[in-house]
Amino acid sequence: MFSFIVQRLLQAVIVMVCVAFVAFLLFQYVGDPVLFMLGQDATADQIIALRKDLGLDRSFVIQFFNFLINAVQGEFGISLRQGAKVSRLIAERLPATLELAFVAAGLALLAGIPMGVYAALKRDAWMSQLLMTVSLLGVSLPTFLIGILLILFFSVLLGWFPSFGRGDVIRLGGWSTGLLSAKGWHHIILPALTLAIFQLTLIMRLVRAEMLEVLRTDYIKFARARGLSNSAIHFGHALKNTLIPVMTITGLQLGGLIAFAIITETVFQWPGMGLLFIQAVTYADVPVMAAYLCLIALIFVVINLIVDLLYFAVDPRLRIGNLGGRST
Amino acid sequence: MNLLELKNLVVEFPSRHGTLRALDGISFEISPGEILGVVGESGAGKSLTGASIIGLLEPPGRVASGEIILKGQRIDNLSNDQMRSIRGRKIGAIFQDPLTSLNPLYSIGKQLTETIQTHIPMSDAQARQRAIALLQDTGIPAAAERIDHYPHQFSGGMRQRVVIALALAAEPELIVADEPTTALDVSIQAQIIGLLKNICKQKGAAVMLITHDMGVIAETCDRVAVMYAGRIVEIGPVQQVIHQPQHPYTVGLMASIPDIENDRERLNQIDGSMPRLNAIPAGCAFNPRCSQVFIKCKQAKPELKTVDGLTRTEVACWLQSDLTRSTL
Amino acid sequence: MRNPIGHWLNSDIGHSFKASKTATGAAGIAFVFIFCAIFAQWVAPTNPFDPASLDLMDARLPPAWVEEGSLKYLLGTDDQGRDILSALIYGARISLIVGIASVAVSLCVGVSLGLLAGFRGGWLDTFLMRLCDIMLSFPAILVALLIAGVGRALLPQADESLAFVVLIVSISLTGWVQYARTVRGTTLVERNKEYVQAARVTGVAPFRIMVRHVLPNVLGPVLVLATIQVATAIITEATLSFLGVGVPPTSPSLGTLIRIGNDFLFSGEWWITIFPGLTLVLIALSVNLLGDWLRDALNPRLH
Repeated sequence: MFSFIVQRLLQAVIVMVCVAFVAFLLFQYVGDPVLFMLGQDATADQIIALRKDLGLDRSFVIQFFNFLINAVQGEFGISLRQGAKVSRLIAERLPATLELAFVAAGLALLAGIPMGVYAALKRDAWMSQLLMTVSLLGVSLPTFLIGILLILFFSVLLGWFPSFGRGDVIRLGGWSTGLLSAKGWHHIILPALTLAIFQLTLIMRLVRAEMLEVLRTDYIKFARARGLSNSAIHFGHALKNTLIPVMTITGLQLGGLIAFAIITETVFQWPGMGLLFIQAVTYADVPVMAAYLCLIALIFVVINLIVDLLYFAVDPRLRIGNLGGRST
Repeated sequence: MNLLELKNLVVEFPSRHGTLRALDGISFEISPGEILGVVGESGAGKSLTGASIIGLLEPPGRVASGEIILKGQRIDNLSNDQMRSIRGRKIGAIFQDPLTSLNPLYSIGKQLTETIQTHIPMSDAQARQRAIALLQDTGIPAAAERIDHYPHQFSGGMRQRVVIALALAAEPELIVADEPTTALDVSIQAQIIGLLKNICKQKGAAVMLITHDMGVIAETCDRVAVMYAGRIVEIGPVQQVIHQPQHPYTVGLMASIPDIENDRERLNQIDGSMPRLNAIPAGCAFNPRCSQVFIKCKQAKPELKTVDGLTRTEVACWLQSDLTRSTL
Repeated sequence: MRNPIGHWLNSDIGHSFKASKTATGAAGIAFVFIFCAIFAQWVAPTNPFDPASLDLMDARLPPAWVEEGSLKYLLGTDDQGRDILSALIYGARISLIVGIASVAVSLCVGVSLGLLAGFRGGWLDTFLMRLCDIMLSFPAILVALLIAGVGRALLPQADESLAFVVLIVSISLTGWVQYARTVRGTTLVERNKEYVQAARVTGVAPFRIMVRHVLPNVLGPVLVLATIQVATAIITEATLSFLGVGVPPTSPSLGTLIRIGNDFLFSGEWWITIFPGLTLVLIALSVNLLGDWLRDALNPRLH
């Protein structure tokens, strides 16, 4: 098992280096890296000094190396658009996005899994057909449209929820949270719902499909032949076997949440990293784009690692492997 | 009284092309403690018969008519809930592939105790003791330790032993074994068949052994039923059917078993092949391939008729009819 | 085969198609949209991009069934007096073109790469598969946004057609992966079969023979993939356009229309954004339904 962890860590590092390389290419060759580091108001002397420092006259590999060292310390220069340090901008906005993503993930899982189980067990009930049709809608509705519809309905027509901003935010050390105030929750509901719906339909369809597959297996047939009760078969055996692949795929999808947050944040003017990124793209603000890329890659890699470890913990075939010994 | 009695069981599969009749009037009895072999080619309907008995026919297949009687009580018309109390407790089942018959995520101890406690109320500790005893009976070494192992930690033969233990856990009076050794190595097959025979005799359970392997039948069974195209063509004591087959199909089957003593150039085979469900010929289904066919065979289906009352041998063939013999 | 359509309609798939009302309904809707898109100039009541035909007096009119609306502008107008229905039809055309083009590109690239990887094997195969893994773990929208951003940084004064190319490339950049995987899998299976080795021995190009056997096998799954991906591509393009980095503003797609309309939500002119939105959903839904039905129809295990 130890070698497994080491292997995965090594893979993670390789992926990060590759992504950093792409970010490096962006930084060095799309626009002027010196300007990125110093900002628009740099003096000629500063520019010359930094050019030397950055080793722009040195070899490619050394430049990449420098970039890597900077990147690891979170140093990505100065945003073209905002004039502030990229690292500071991101640090300010990270909590907003992360909170949004977690609330959305929680919603998606808490609602999606039971719905999927229900749709699998009661295939012919009208509720199941309805759920499946609605889920198809969820896949066909782009996230931004869901956001707009929710705003139209709950903000404009009903006036129940606000449609932009985070509401009251409390600072805890470096973290600003909106989850500790009622207003904060008020503000997070619509965007979290928007973000969650796509994931929810995905999870629901996945759980249903997996469960149907599992219910067709020989061991379920054998369990039925042994006279086990329906709840033992469905919730004891089938559910556990269903949740393992679901867990893996969901974990990998969580990264998608962070990406889709871009859209949601735009619709709701949510002050997170996604909004920052979109503004960077529109403005061709390369330092921010490069930094965002690296950060996202890091988040993905960490999530993948955690999912792998979870898999290990839950599936005895991986956990025990051949240690138990085999006998004929 | 007979333990199990089938009376004219008809199983049909409605489909877009019409209704396919997979079992066309199956009738036989099993006495308590008896081992009945059911032999025939793939597609003859052996597994379907087994599935119908334990009430696990896959839809759209359904029992169209006929009766299944267990100890004097009809069981083919029971609700699923009622059948559930019979499965495992009165009738146990063993399927072909031991690898897929066991849930890979649960230890075999958990699967055993769960089955035991579903049918017989007892404490966890008692159930565990009983499970260990069962494993010992089926020849698993170091049962007290291996009870906490997972299925993937056992070899194929050992797994099938676990499957047998599971089927016998609630002490059923009848076991339906559907090709229990087909998926195992030849060297293991003999062991498992021997185990099945001994343990069932020991616990007084009758066995319906479904297989296409005549050798296994000869070694293990008391009586054998030969199936062809959804019907039973011959049924009787094992020695009788093997050494003095009456039905031309059985004759052909026996003749096609290679004999190491016999010096031949070519293996015997029955010309042609078993008809598909939607192309069963009129009259006796075997008539296109029969070497002794005459007019009546193409006109009417022969019913099972007792040809030897002492041994309870029955054959479904027009050759056996007195009327026919006199006109030949 | 004298009547291929009739023959197809009588096959198992054809029967399942006729029996499934959703499939026929979805196909019908998709067909209507494609028709309107192709013949936009004749179907649309007005040409909303011709400034001469616009009348500012007609701006911000609600749909015909609300009072103050007029039958001339069935679905209302926007703040410039443009007829929403016409803008819809033209917008749908752009969306469909971009969507289908992106899928076509992904398909060609993916199938070719898959064939290559499966046939050559070795390091090329491993490299390609690793690439696929990495690409799959990044959400498509992110990749598309990055490409769009890089495109903007590199070519700030790009003209319209270049913008379209960048857009199509950015959408198809993640789509090819699924095709490559599927085709590679089948290629690997076929490569080991004897007829390929026989071809090698007799001097026939084994690659050509294999392609002839691989392609029919993958046709089914690839078709399902392509159908579902058209819906995804349309939605991705709409998203990009909504965010402002998609189609150029001179050729507004449904996404652009939605973005423009979004500004008028709070002032009560909901139709400017809702109707393009509904159209988008209808197109995506019908294509998705078709793809879903196709997947079930081609799945041997369900029969």
